[in-house]
Amino acid sequence: MTLRAAAALSVLLLATVARAAQIGDALGPDRARLLLTRAGFAPGQEEIDRSASLSHGQAVDRLLATARTSAATPAPAWIDDRLVTPRELRAMTDDERKLVRRTQIRNGIELRGWWLREMTDTPSPLTERMTLFWHNHFVSAQPKVRYALLMYRQNLLLRQHALGNFRELLHAVAKDPAMLIYLDSATNRRGAPNENFAREVMELFTLGESAYSEADVKEAARAFTGWSIDPATAAFMFRPRLHDDGEKTVLGTSGKLRGEDVLDILLAQPATAEFIVRKLWREFVSPQPDSARVTDIAKRFRKSDFEIAVAVRELLLQPEVVQRSEDNALVKSPVELVVGLLRQSQGAVTNPAALALGVAGMGQNLFAPPNVRGWPGGEAWINTQTLLARKQFLERSVSATMKTAVAPDPGALADVLDEVQTSAAGGGSVLRRLQQQAAPVQLDAGQWLTSLGGLHVERSVGEAGVRATARQLLVLPPSNPLSSQMLGLDALRAALLDPVYQLK
Amino acid sequence: MNPQRRRTLRAGAAALSGFLPISGLVINRNAQATLATPPFRLLVLLELRGGNDALNTVVPVDDGRYLDARPRLALRDDAIVRFDGNLALHAALAPLQSLWQAGEMAVVEGVGYAQPNLSHFRSIEIWDTAADSAQFLQQGWLARAARDASFARFGADGVVIGAPDLGPLGGGARAIALADPERFARQARLAQAGGSPARGALAHVLRVESDIVRAGVELRPDVRFTTAFPRGALGFAIEHAAAIASTRRVPVIRVTLSGFDTHQNQLNVHAQLLRQVAEGVVALRSALTEIGLWQNTLVMTYSEFGRRPRENASGGTDHGTTGVSFAFGPRVARGRYGEPPDFARLDASGNLAHAVDFRSLYATVLERWWEIDSASVLGRKL
Repeated sequence: MTLRAAAALSVLLLATVARAAQIGDALGPDRARLLLTRAGFAPGQEEIDRSASLSHGQAVDRLLATARTSAATPAPAWIDDRLVTPRELRAMTDDERKLVRRTQIRNGIELRGWWLREMTDTPSPLTERMTLFWHNHFVSAQPKVRYALLMYRQNLLLRQHALGNFRELLHAVAKDPAMLIYLDSATNRRGAPNENFAREVMELFTLGESAYSEADVKEAARAFTGWSIDPATAAFMFRPRLHDDGEKTVLGTSGKLRGEDVLDILLAQPATAEFIVRKLWREFVSPQPDSARVTDIAKRFRKSDFEIAVAVRELLLQPEVVQRSEDNALVKSPVELVVGLLRQSQGAVTNPAALALGVAGMGQNLFAPPNVRGWPGGEAWINTQTLLARKQFLERSVSATMKTAVAPDPGALADVLDEVQTSAAGGGSVLRRLQQQAAPVQLDAGQWLTSLGGLHVERSVGEAGVRATARQLLVLPPSNPLSSQMLGLDALRAALLDPVYQLK
Repeated sequence: MNPQRRRTLRAGAAALSGFLPISGLVINRNAQATLATPPFRLLVLLELRGGNDALNTVVPVDDGRYLDARPRLALRDDAIVRFDGNLALHAALAPLQSLWQAGEMAVVEGVGYAQPNLSHFRSIEIWDTAADSAQFLQQGWLARAARDASFARFGADGVVIGAPDLGPLGGGARAIALADPERFARQARLAQAGGSPARGALAHVLRVESDIVRAGVELRPDVRFTTAFPRGALGFAIEHAAAIASTRRVPVIRVTLSGFDTHQNQLNVHAQLLRQVAEGVVALRSALTEIGLWQNTLVMTYSEFGRRPRENASGGTDHGTTGVSFAFGPRVARGRYGEPPDFARLDASGNLAHAVDFRSLYATVLERWWEIDSASVLGRKL
């Protein structure tokens, strides 16, 4: 189904690109930049060039047709390591257990860096944004799951289905081992059901609050009994002897329901499509969803049997996506801030672990959302602490000189791992120590200024330079107006430190 | 003490043990100090951004080669002021006479570093991180100093006023930037009036931004000074600095005055800038004296570089190397330090050689003012 949809879109793309020259309503560089920022991360010049001559519709179709389903960054080396089973863990001494635990934390930090690298380098930023969206929707967090490998596998799963079919995604993620651990499905058994997953799958993954009753939760929990993990392979396994195969009634449907049946019952509720589309609207379009348009898009989403690309296409085609307006402006997440900075400046990740902790310090510790609701996002991203962290990061990233990148010292890293795990924000002192090793990112301000319109680090930007800098870096007029007398680097810094740079 | 006595550095000793404090510049006789209540010692850094023309600041008016190099820009007797009949300064600095007479002012000439870099940004990065010319450090020198346990008792490690970058506090210090205090004050008034000019997410970001400013240092504690602060950007920044200092919750305040990049028509611009500096320092002393804090204050000026001895064809000067720093405060020993410019030793670009490594100024602050070990902050000279 997903493949078919992709093929259809490819045909559509060929047809539309062929027509592009004849169609007058080309996006142009400014609207292309807005679209690409919202559908991915702040784009570099090449990305803008590829979309500027297309119409809004053609550009959106192109993004969907070229979306990848796998990561290009080489996987961390430890994915082939044998898993230490819970039984083996129990047989270990305290010291051995501690060592295993530290390895998991260390791998988890590497995993965060791996994903940030993929987001920075990918030719398919929409895929990464959707993967991140699903990570924040189908939340699992490493502090509870523990195994970095399971977090990695879940990340691959989310990417594979990122723009695929929501029905398939929901079924797959419900049986994903990290999810089974995170929401206690793995210990949900006949006679004493654990309601954790049953409740969250309704409240947070499909229907939304108050679209179900407590009785529905209890009955659904029975249906999910027996879902478990094979300790040898860490894969999903159904244990019939632990499953309650009695009659259940969920949302008015009765039978000897199994977990899969409950998921389909949830998908059949109109509330589900609407809930997902509303959340996607906030992610891509504006802070205040338009109810009429959400309902309309949700209908088409259901009609397509939950092809995610259908809903995302409709949302990215909304006029707000390519308009500059205070009312529609969205707050960049820490990941968007950092990855966007790198993509638009052609910068590189030079110390992935330090960058991951830096992003955590801004309030987005990847693979460890604060709770099953995920990061609340929007304006909640910005508080006094996180805004300072954002500004410090931006300030440090733009230096007059290229800095020599040094590989982080694994020994020093290991020393600070425990702190990271226990500190929700990533740990200030950990961050300081890591940052002393090597700059997390490297970007060439001189080259960036040149690409912004022939500006020079140490020469006044002039009126044209002020306009070019503001237009290319800020979605609204700067709060602190730039001056034509500013030298290039000062103008660049001023734009990056302007409150408007926090927005998209 | 003879205020004119020139103290020079013993370069040999400096090479052995990192950077030595400038001998005698700061004398910390700290009678009240006890372990239970360590004294509050404020450092106010005054950055003259753009490259201050040292030769037209402390003027080698008796050196014929200065007059030769600057047919149009050289300051003659009518454009200078002499303190104690000797130290020749730009006339715009005349207000500083009160500090000189009080014995609270020192001049350090020939401040710079080896293999000077003539880029504004790279050179200030070298200054901010206390690096060698070819060394790239991540952290500002004050951010490194702030790791000292004595900083923990403060609400923040520092506040920077007048520029968005954290400069010497960059890379890990708990520092707050007040790029434009005037604008923040305006914004705060607007917010109090009940209407925010922005909508949506932008309004939220602006609100948090002013929260940072307020919460960071209880920004404008309700102190009223009888001191009249000079008009203009620096006067406003100095007033802010004094108010922040009154909280005694911040040990470092850096104030930046921009505009010293005088490539053309330098005479008027430079005079106006130096007047702001002189009046600003006098006002700062007066305000801090009012609230009993001047005794606890050391002020130091710096600039990323000086300017070239030979003037250019546009009535200005181009990027140079060595500069002049001033130190002010009751603990400062009046006098001239370092070496006057030696026009016989110009480098290939026609610039002066340095006599004092700028890190000796930092070592003076660390060792003599704060009495903390400078080696851990400045490392050793490579």
